[in-house]
Amino acid sequence: MSSVAISDLSLSFGSVEVLKSLNLEVDEGEFIVLLGPSGCGKSTLLNCIAGLLDVTAGQIFINGNNVTWDEPKDRGIGMVFQSYALYPQMSVEKNLSFGLKVAGLPKAEVQERVSKAAEILQIEPLLKRKPAALSGGQRQRVAIGRALVRDVNVFLFDEPLSNLDAKLRTDLRVELKRLHQRLGNTMIYVTHDQIEALTLADRIAIMKDGLIQQLDTPAGIYNNPTNRFVAGFIGSPGMNFISGTLEDDAGQWFFAAPDLRIPLNDYAFTGNPTAGQQVEIGIRPEHVVLNDVSEAGFVTLQVEADIVEPMGADTVLWTKLAGNNLTIRTDSESTVKSGDSLSASFNPARASIFAQDGSRV
Amino acid sequence: MAEAVANKMQGPQGPKPKRIISGRNIVLYGFLIVAALYWLLPLYVMVVTSLKGLPEVRMGNIFSPPMEITFEPWVKAWDSACTGLYCEGLKVGFWNSIKILIPSTVISIIIASVNGYALSFWRFKGSEIFFTILLFGAFIPYQVMLYPLVIILRELGLFSSLGGVVLVHTIFGMPILTLLFRNYFAGVPDELFKAARVDGAGFWRIFFQIMLPMSLPIFVVAIILQVTGIWNDFLFGIIYAGTTNFPMTVQLNNIVNSTQGVKEYNVNMAATLLTGALPLIVYFVSGKLFVRGIAAGAVKG
Amino acid sequence: MPSFFRQIEQKTWWKRRPKILRNLSAKIAALPMIAVALVGFVGCSVWSIVYSFTSSKSLPKERFVGFKQYDRLFDSSRWQTSVENVAVYGICSLVFSLVVGFLLAVALDQKIRFENTFRTIFLYPFALSFIVTGLVWQWLLNADFGVAQVIRDIGFTSFELNILSNRDYAIYAIIIAGLWQGTGFVMALMLAGLRGIDQDIWKASRVDGIPAWRTYLFIVIPMMKPVFITTLVIIASGIVKVFDLVVALTAGGPGGSSELPAKYVYDFMFGRANLGQALAASTVMLTTVLIILIPWAYLEFSHKKDSENG
Ligand SMILES: Nc1ncnc2c1ncn2[C@@H]1O[C@H](COP(=O)(O)OP(=O)(O)O)[C@@H](O)[C@H]1O
Ligand SMILES: [Mg+2]
Repeated sequence: MSSVAISDLSLSFGSVEVLKSLNLEVDEGEFIVLLGPSGCGKSTLLNCIAGLLDVTAGQIFINGNNVTWDEPKDRGIGMVFQSYALYPQMSVEKNLSFGLKVAGLPKAEVQERVSKAAEILQIEPLLKRKPAALSGGQRQRVAIGRALVRDVNVFLFDEPLSNLDAKLRTDLRVELKRLHQRLGNTMIYVTHDQIEALTLADRIAIMKDGLIQQLDTPAGIYNNPTNRFVAGFIGSPGMNFISGTLEDDAGQWFFAAPDLRIPLNDYAFTGNPTAGQQVEIGIRPEHVVLNDVSEAGFVTLQVEADIVEPMGADTVLWTKLAGNNLTIRTDSESTVKSGDSLSASFNPARASIFAQDGSRV
Repeated sequence: MAEAVANKMQGPQGPKPKRIISGRNIVLYGFLIVAALYWLLPLYVMVVTSLKGLPEVRMGNIFSPPMEITFEPWVKAWDSACTGLYCEGLKVGFWNSIKILIPSTVISIIIASVNGYALSFWRFKGSEIFFTILLFGAFIPYQVMLYPLVIILRELGLFSSLGGVVLVHTIFGMPILTLLFRNYFAGVPDELFKAARVDGAGFWRIFFQIMLPMSLPIFVVAIILQVTGIWNDFLFGIIYAGTTNFPMTVQLNNIVNSTQGVKEYNVNMAATLLTGALPLIVYFVSGKLFVRGIAAGAVKG
Repeated sequence: MPSFFRQIEQKTWWKRRPKILRNLSAKIAALPMIAVALVGFVGCSVWSIVYSFTSSKSLPKERFVGFKQYDRLFDSSRWQTSVENVAVYGICSLVFSLVVGFLLAVALDQKIRFENTFRTIFLYPFALSFIVTGLVWQWLLNADFGVAQVIRDIGFTSFELNILSNRDYAIYAIIIAGLWQGTGFVMALMLAGLRGIDQDIWKASRVDGIPAWRTYLFIVIPMMKPVFITTLVIIASGIVKVFDLVVALTAGGPGGSSELPAKYVYDFMFGRANLGQALAASTVMLTTVLIILIPWAYLEFSHKKDSENG
C-alpha cells in the first residue's frame, strides 16, 4: 500500500501556477527526496501534503485516506522546518509536549512519548533548556523530536539541514538516515542539495517549474537522467555537453561534431534516433579516464589541458576537446599541467544523448 | 498505482470549500466593521457639520447629512473667524504654519542627515555617548526644557519670533531624525564607504555624491515625519512664536475655545478640518511610508 | 590586535595629525548634535532642576529655598488631581490601546479582504494633531447637540451625556479622544510585530494541532514581548507629555477636574508666573520618566549584549 499518494495536484497563487497537475506515489517506509532548484515548488508541494496550503485541484491520500480537506493535525504527519520553528519561550520538554497536551492526551502518555523521543534523539540532558540556549544541531534535533512525539508514520522535512554549517550537516545527515532505519517511517524530504538527496534517498524526485522531471533511485537519476535538465542538475562538476548530430553509417550510429566522431555501438537508445538529428551528448567528468584504455567499448580522444584545479581528494581538469569544453575528474596524484596534450578515454555506453527538446534519445 | 486510481475521483477533491459566512468570518468582519465605523464617525461628523448652516446644526442630528449644503462656514473659518484678538480667520495661522514648517523641516533634516551619516561612518571618541544623550532627550518631558529654552532664545534675540520656533523644532526633531538616518546609513555596506575612501573622497564628497543619491526614500520618510509633527505642534508654537506668529493649531484652538459670542459649531468644524487637512493629505498620499515614518518617529510621542 | 600592528602604530604616532584634528569634518558636522545633547538636553534639564529649588517667581532668581517648592507642590490639590488624572489616563490608555490595538492587529493579520482600507481607517487619526482631536470630540460629546441629542432623538428622551461638564467624568472624555487618536498607531506597531514572527511557527503549531487562540496566547504574545515593551515605553512617555489634548477638549475643566501635570507646569510657568513651582513640577515629571526609562534602557542594553554573546 502506498503511504502517500498525490494525484493531479495543482496549486496556484493567484494567477501563478506553482504546481501543475503533479502525481507522486510514495511507498510505505520509503525515503523520498524532493530535489530541485530554489523556487521550483518543493516547499509548496510539501505544504500541500501537510495541509498547510489549500490545493487548487487534485487529491492527496495519506495511509489510504483521502486527506485533501483534512486539517494538518488530522493527517497523520509530522513536519520539520528549515528555521526549526521552535516555540522560543518554552523549554525543550514543553516544545515536545505542547501539541500532545492540547490534543488532550493523558499525562503519563505524554511523558512517555517525550522521554522516548528524547532518548532516540539523545536530547535528554537538554529537556529543561530553552531553544535559545541550544546550538543549531540541537535545535534541529528538538524540531525532529516534535515530529517524533506525534507518533505518526509520515514525516515531512523542509530543508532541515540548510541552516547548519557543513560539518554538522554531514553528521545530522547520517543521523537522519539512522533514524529512518530505526523507525521505518515514510519520509518526504525537501532539499536543494544534491549530496543530501543522493545519500539519503531511496528515490529522488527531481522537480522543475512545478513538475516532477524524474522519479527514480539515486543511481537511476545519476546514470540515466531522463532529460537534459536532470542530467545537468545532478553531478558536480556538472555533466559535459557537446552539440552535434547523429549519423547512421550502415546500421552503426555515430555522434558527430566538427573534428569529432564518437561511435555509439553500446549506447542503449531509449527514443527513436534519426539520422542527421541535432543532439547533445552528455559525458560525466568522472566517467572520463586519462590515458589510453584498450578495454572494449572505450573510445580514446585527444584533449588539451586548460586549467588544473586540485580539489584535495581529486583534481578537476578543464580541457578542450575539438573546440568544446570538457571537464575531467581525475585523481589527485595527477601531474597534468596547463597546456599538456593528453589522451582521454570514456565509454559511450555511459553517456547520455538528448534531443533538442531536452528529452533523452 | 491501481489503488490510487481506484480511489481517484472518490472523496474530497480540489480546494476545500470555504463558507463565506462562517462564524469566524462574522466575528472577524463584524469586529473590523464596527471598529472602522467608530474610527470614521468623527471625520464624518466633522464634514457634515461643516457643511450645514448654523440653524440646522442647532436643530438636528449631528449624523444627518446636511439638508442644504453651504460652504459659508468654510469661507468664514478661513477668512473671518475671530480668535478673541482679531477676526481674520485661519489664513493667518495657515501662512504662519507654512513659514514655520518649511525652514524647520529643511534645517532639521539637513542637520540630522549629516549627523546620522557621521555617526555611521565617521565615529569618533564620544560620538556614541552624545548620541545616547540625544536619544534620552527624545523621552524627556518637554516641560523640563521649556523655560531654559526661553532664556536661550531671549539671549539669541529669537524669542517670540519665527526663528525661535524653527530653532526649537530643529532641536526637538533632532533625536528621532538622527536615529532614523543613523539606522539607515548603518544598513549601507561598509565596503562602499571604504571604496570611496580609497578613491580619495572625503567626508563631504562621500556624503553628497554617494550617500545622498542613494538615500532618497529615507529623506521622504523624514519629511513626512517632520511635516506632520511640526504642523501638528501646539506647545512650541504657543510659547515661542509670539502672538503675531501663532501657527494654525494655536489659532484654531483660539477660535474654537474663545469664550466670546455665539458658538458657531459649523465654522469650528470647518476650521478643524482645514487645520487637519495637510497632515491628512500627507497621510493618504504617502500610505506605507507614513507608517514607516511614524514607527521610526514613535519615540517623538 | 596582533603585537606587530601595535608596534607600527607606536612608531608612526608622531606622523599622524593630532588627535583632535582627525576626523575634523565629522566633528564639525556633529557639533549641532553635541550642542543639542549637552546644552539642550543635559544643560536645560540641570538648569530646571537647580532652579526648582529656588523661589523664582516670574523671572529666575537664585534664592534657594530647599524643598519648599516640592512641599507646596505635593500639598497642592490641583497637583494631586493632575497626578490622579494622569494615572487614570495612563492606565486606561495603556490597557485599552494595547488590548484594542493588538486585537485590531490580529484581525488585520487574518488574510482579510480590504486590509489596506481598514488599516488606513484605523490609523488616520494619528496624522491629526491633539488640538484637532480634542475639538472633534468636544463637538461629539457636546451635551446639547452631540451624540447625546441623537440618542434622545431615537427615543431615550431623558438621556444625558454630560461627561465634559461633569467633574468626575471629564478625564474619561480625554481618554476616549486619546484612544481614538492613538490606538491605530499601537495597531501598526503590533501588526509589524506579528508580521515579524517566523511564519514557520504558525505552520508548526497547525501541524501540532494547536488552536489559533492558544497559539496567540502561549506562543505569539510571549514572542512579541520586545514589541510590547517598546510600545509600552512609547505610550508611557507620550502620556506624561499630554498637554494639547486637555487644552483643546476641556481646558482642564470643569473646575480643574481634568488638569494634567504638563498643563500644571505650563500654567504656573507662563500663566501664573510661579517659575519655581513649575520647575519643581517638571522635575517630578522628569524623575517619573527616568524611573520608567532607565530599567527599559538597561533591559534593552543587556539584551543586546546577550544576543551578541550568544
Ligand atoms: N504565498 C505565496 N504567494 C505567491 N507566490 C508564492 C507563495 N509562496 C511561494 N510562491 C512562489 O511559488 C514558487 C515555489 O515556491 P517554493 O515552493 O517555496 O519553492 P522552493 O522549491 O524553493 O521551496 C516560487 O516561485 C515562489 O515565488
Ligand atoms: Mg523552500
